[in-house]
Amino acid sequence: MRRPGAKRGLTRKDFSSDQDVRWCPGCGDYAILATVQRLMPKLGVKREKVVFISGIGCSSRFPYYMKTYGVHSIHGRAPTLATGLKASRPDLDVWIVTGDGDALSIGGNHLIHILRRNVDTQILLFNNQIYGLTKGQYSPTSELGKVTKSSPFGSVSPPLNPVAMALGAGASFVARTADRDTRHMAKILQRAHKHSGTAMVEIYQNCNIYNDGAFFEFTEKATKAQRTVMLEHGKPMVYDQGQRAVRLDGFRPLTIDLTSGRWSISDAAVYDETSRELAGIAGRMFGSDTMPRPFGVFYREERTTFEARLERQIQEITKKQGTSDLDKLLNEADAWEIV
Amino acid sequence: MIDLTVTTKQVKQIEEATILFAGDSGDGMQLTGSQFTLATAFAHNDLATLPDFPAEIRAPAGTTYGVSGFQLHFGSVDIRTPGDEVDLLVAMNPAALKVNLSRVRLGGAIMVNRNAFKPQNLKLAGYGTTNPLEDGTTLQGYRVFSVEISKMTELALKNFGLDRKVVDRSKNMFALGLALWLYSRPLEPALEWLGKKFASRPKIRDANIHVLKKGFHFGETTEDFIVRYEVQPAALPPGRYRAIRGGQALALGLVAATAKSGLKLLYSSYPITPASDLLHELSRYKNFGIKTFQAEDEIAAIGATIGASFGGNLGVCATSGPGLALKSEGIGLAVMMELPMVIVNVQRGGPSTGLPTKTEQSDLLQAMYGRNGESPLPIIAPPTPGDCFFAAYEACRVAVKYMCPVILMSDGYLANGAEPWRIPRSAGLEDFPVTFASKTNRIFEGKPAFLPYVRSEDTLARPWARPGTKGLEHRLGGLEKEDETGNVSYDPENHQRMTQLRKAKVNRIQQEIPPLATYGDEAGDVLVIGWGSTEGAIRVAVDQARRQGLSVGAVQIRYLNPLPQDLGAVLARFDHHLVPELNMGQLSRILRDRFLLPMVSLNKVQGRPFMATEILQSITDLTSSA
Repeated sequence: MRRPGAKRGLTRKDFSSDQDVRWCPGCGDYAILATVQRLMPKLGVKREKVVFISGIGCSSRFPYYMKTYGVHSIHGRAPTLATGLKASRPDLDVWIVTGDGDALSIGGNHLIHILRRNVDTQILLFNNQIYGLTKGQYSPTSELGKVTKSSPFGSVSPPLNPVAMALGAGASFVARTADRDTRHMAKILQRAHKHSGTAMVEIYQNCNIYNDGAFFEFTEKATKAQRTVMLEHGKPMVYDQGQRAVRLDGFRPLTIDLTSGRWSISDAAVYDETSRELAGIAGRMFGSDTMPRPFGVFYREERTTFEARLERQIQEITKKQGTSDLDKLLNEADAWEIV
Repeated sequence: MIDLTVTTKQVKQIEEATILFAGDSGDGMQLTGSQFTLATAFAHNDLATLPDFPAEIRAPAGTTYGVSGFQLHFGSVDIRTPGDEVDLLVAMNPAALKVNLSRVRLGGAIMVNRNAFKPQNLKLAGYGTTNPLEDGTTLQGYRVFSVEISKMTELALKNFGLDRKVVDRSKNMFALGLALWLYSRPLEPALEWLGKKFASRPKIRDANIHVLKKGFHFGETTEDFIVRYEVQPAALPPGRYRAIRGGQALALGLVAATAKSGLKLLYSSYPITPASDLLHELSRYKNFGIKTFQAEDEIAAIGATIGASFGGNLGVCATSGPGLALKSEGIGLAVMMELPMVIVNVQRGGPSTGLPTKTEQSDLLQAMYGRNGESPLPIIAPPTPGDCFFAAYEACRVAVKYMCPVILMSDGYLANGAEPWRIPRSAGLEDFPVTFASKTNRIFEGKPAFLPYVRSEDTLARPWARPGTKGLEHRLGGLEKEDETGNVSYDPENHQRMTQLRKAKVNRIQQEIPPLATYGDEAGDVLVIGWGSTEGAIRVAVDQARRQGLSVGAVQIRYLNPLPQDLGAVLARFDHHLVPELNMGQLSRILRDRFLLPMVSLNKVQGRPFMATEILQSITDLTSSA
């Protein structure tokens, strides 16, 4: 029971704006929006401190639906606005919402640089492997041979692997989740928020209009258990309801059958999310029919944030040089008087 | 210590002089020029400089395209340009002579480093096998001082135990010393500078000081020079002065805006010539609430600027033409979001990479119109290096007051050129009030609400609500905004209204612009209309034309958008309108469009500023054709 006069905690409603949500019915974006709106009250952040920044694309309409501060910016550039904002306002809680085209194609350069700088933000990368808002062209994550409006005979560009790219750019937190598993998503987003530094979360998101079922093998009941492995810190990489596991043969991941009698659980690789090497291996379990697709936190590292370094430098210099005096500065040169 | 100011030579008083130091890009000519500038400032002369260097850092030695020059015009009279013609050319090698000879006035002086006129260098400079010092024709009509600068530097440093390279690099100090003697400039500023610069390398310091003094003494003792010049102090208004480059002044103007507004400044930039100087300058002022961010590209720099401004800070970025092109989409977003920020464009020769180290004014139309959609914004152009300070301050103040991005147009000449600058007092700068929204501003659907696009009646500015302010949570973006609420709107009438409002807001800035001051005649035959760095050359030309009895006036337009309210009335007072620009006629196009008056364009795109004579010629042509 609430004590009289005690403040009521915020709810999902407090984070929902008055704008009509305009995504297509059945879009995976709805599940992500609902998960984030439900999660926000649990994060212990004041609503007025929260800023959502997006680029262009279906996913980038996200800020309009959050009753927080927000910017719907231009294509691919959300990380640049977020960097400028955090550099000047480290007190704010900044979230970036982007898609595969926005983050990995037109904004690819900004993504790698925000990751290496480690600006304290959360990046929600909605990956639906298609250009939705422009009505169905292949995206940088579309599979080779993908037939779309702009590739009627199949795409000739191999897909980009966002997790491997983020790791390569020096990201301090990299994770993957999916729109169909909102409990997992909430858990991952909560951890991403807790992380100090840039937390990149790739979210597999179904576009039921232009790329329906792109991730069904990883999200639907019939195949999910066999095709996915949940990464859990300190736990063996077991999947398929305990029947199979990932074993490391040197640096090479292999699947082992735990029911065959030949392998036991002690042969399975034990995941360590602080290991850059394991993250590299798990991150590259991608595009293979035999290996399961990993979900969860691939990598986590404690590293000083960009804005903290910037602040520290200013404090040190101010300590050395003293605070500002404009008139002194203007006169700080070889000057002469004319009377 | 020897009194270096006493001379046995004949002393000639002159009112002004133009000197040009030229040599290989590795010869230290920029340094020599700036030290001469400092000494000249200390002699209380008025001055204007024109550094002119190649885009290559160390172009192959001895080539004509590797020549770096520093021109300086100084005098006891009002100096407004770096000088049309050179009185003394200091040429450190044949290539420097080849490139710059045409700029020396007939009867002018040429001082060469004779030791550099070797077969190899002559060939590289395109002289073939003939030595211009000896052929009897090339330098006919000039006074030539052929000095063994390299050899005397070597002799001077014989006992310093320095390697050849270091010795060779010191020869510019000999040239500097000699030039300082010739024009009776004090040695002290250069001595002090060397002392500071090489404090940790005393051997190099002593060697440079020794060579500098040797150069100075050489002037006194050699028979070559029979005359020494003196230039009396200029009659500048009383005050405390310093020599300042436009780049420095602009940076200090931004610092002043930060200090007076109480805002924090985030300066984001991607290195680009000739704008990088600003990044270097501002990076030093961290204790003034200024953060600098070297972004991954031009687009990231404008993005970070928008982010900072959204956060309630002063967002500033600087670039040059190609970078402004990359920033177009971002600036469009800033126009739509109506956030205050300043975008500095230090113009250079274009199109494309063009002439990175040379000056031009060819981005005016890009600044005016170079964005998709109807996206007007204010444009301010300072006319002198020193005014870059006030223009930067003004740009920040106007951006915040009217909640819009402002483009500040500098150019390579303004940024690198120097002049004496009367140091302002911070208390004398115009007030810079900043108000952030703190509470709801409307009753909307029966409840108090914060609507981000409710406008001030006076300025049409929308409120600036900083994230972190409770109850004012709002979303901005690039999609068209509904009037007042700022919600996404595709309504046809609303788009028309918002487009007109954005334009009307920029036009409101006219109320900030003081009445135009006409230089020269208030009415008459020809009005010369300029903008930016051409002011000096225009005024010199107007003075000369008026001395010839012509009726000429001039206005230099500092606000290019919106144009000053009284410009039409000023135009109407003259029969002819001459618009000199370092482009193919951009302001003239804007003026023709606005006033439906014939504008005579004077266009120059050579990577160099106007000479006053070029403008004078156009003025006389116009009056004689009338």
